Amino acid sequence: MADIAIASGPVYRAGTSDAEIEAAAAKAARRRTQLVLFWRWAILLAFLGGWEIGARTGIIDEFFFSSPSAIWSRLVEWIFEGTSEGPLWFHLWVTMEESLIGFATGSIAGIVVGIALGRNRMLADIFSIYIKVINSIPRVVLAPIFIMVFGLGLASKVALSFVMVFFVVFANAFQGVREADRNLIANAQILGARGWQLTRSVVIPSAMSWIFASLHVSFGFAIIGAIVGEFVGARYGIGLLINIAKGSFDSAGMYAAIVVIMVVALLAEYLMTRLERSLATWRPAPLQDTQ
Amino acid sequence: MSATAPDESPAIELINVSRRFLTPDGKSMTAIRDFNMSVARGEFVAVVGPTGCGKSTTLNLVTGLARPSSGEVRLFGEPVDGIDPRIGFAFQTDALFPWRNVIDNVVAGPLFRGMPRDEAYAKAKKWLARVHLTGHETKYPHQLSGGMRKRVSLAQTFINEPQILLMDEPFSALDVQTRVLMHDVLLDLWSEAKASVVFVTHDLEEAIALADKVYVLTSGPATVKSVYPVDLPRPRIVSEIRYEQDFIALSKTIWDDLRDEVQRGAARDEARAA
Repeated sequence: MADIAIASGPVYRAGTSDAEIEAAAAKAARRRTQLVLFWRWAILLAFLGGWEIGARTGIIDEFFFSSPSAIWSRLVEWIFEGTSEGPLWFHLWVTMEESLIGFATGSIAGIVVGIALGRNRMLADIFSIYIKVINSIPRVVLAPIFIMVFGLGLASKVALSFVMVFFVVFANAFQGVREADRNLIANAQILGARGWQLTRSVVIPSAMSWIFASLHVSFGFAIIGAIVGEFVGARYGIGLLINIAKGSFDSAGMYAAIVVIMVVALLAEYLMTRLERSLATWRPAPLQDTQ
Repeated sequence: MSATAPDESPAIELINVSRRFLTPDGKSMTAIRDFNMSVARGEFVAVVGPTGCGKSTTLNLVTGLARPSSGEVRLFGEPVDGIDPRIGFAFQTDALFPWRNVIDNVVAGPLFRGMPRDEAYAKAKKWLARVHLTGHETKYPHQLSGGMRKRVSLAQTFINEPQILLMDEPFSALDVQTRVLMHDVLLDLWSEAKASVVFVTHDLEEAIALADKVYVLTSGPATVKSVYPVDLPRPRIVSEIRYEQDFIALSKTIWDDLRDEVQRGAARDEARAA
């Protein structure tokens, strides 16, 4: 607790009213937020500005690294006129469809299997070795196999997304079930919970925070699965756009596709956080730092 | 039910019970040995003993969460087989479900046992009123003080109307003032419920203030060293009873007995740590 004494902030005169202290604290908090915002923008502008200037003066080779203005105009072109392969929205939708289906099926399967193995020590002991073995395969090497088996369409990308998501969610659900508080389980049993009641009312809620932590990461994995699948073989999708841009040495196109994916991933992360908050109203709010 | 039955077998009987278990490195350890205890219907028994002597193990044997290695545990004359629905248990640490609000915590037991929702919630409201928590129904456990959480726990336990109530140092995490308040709440609930209680504690004064009988255990492996009846009149007010002459005399007598065990237990722990 030593840091409380060290980081004690301003010392007020005797007789300072609560209102004055609160006003000063609010002002300090505002200033801090502004400072953080300022630096965030400053760094972004310096990065993009440096890139642009470097590209124009020839310090950065525009052939490989493009330039922010070129990427921007490519994005505008894609959005308003469409890509060489058809409308951008269509490709984006295809990639999203693959990712979302892979994400949904992969996480549901991961949660179900994780809870089942977490609750049953015998099953866990038997299957843990196989899961370890399969988990050691780098998932992207499965892409060519899936393309061969499931074809160039939706199914192969969904399958790749699924395996990317499944293991992450499974591992967390399993761990979450194992970490469930023994006291809570004993309490529920004595109160009268049996079998499925116990799983539903104690084990799953206490594993939820673990599961949610994995869902955050695994949506990104689902997108990776879809895009890698599209690289290897596809007729539509953002991965295909990147592949075509690569084939025609169109560096602006490749970066533009990355920007599109970035926006989508950030949006998904935001929605996930909102959902998690609304589901976990029971958790204590983090303590407000008085600084 | 069995309270009106003419059969007068005690609520809880432990007959020559021993319990051994395996330590993580595979050694067999005896937690309790040749343990005998009998709790009459409606009786309040306190169990005191040095830390780590196996007090909690005895409670787990009664719940059916653990089985004796030898000997027999009987409830109302019948051997224990699994978790008995007539039992309520108060835990040392917080055992409320943190993702459920106050009233949803209290209805847990009746709903698990298949009571219709409306009836269960009406009953829960009644029990929350009994522990003076009306108006806090929709709060979550983390929003309550330690004493309020304990009262929710008591409501959660008592709503099942247990005939046997096992308490494992339930108030040891509370500050002294709150603890005394909780003692009065507990005695009030108990006097109406007429359950048989086994109250495990390391606080001798708490034991004497609450109980009809105090069991003193030896340091591990635990057996019963001696049993002291507490003849203080009821109803008791816990905050005042501790200044009475009889109380002080009894607590001195029991402490003289308990002290040897505490010292022995501490010496053993130090030897083990060395």
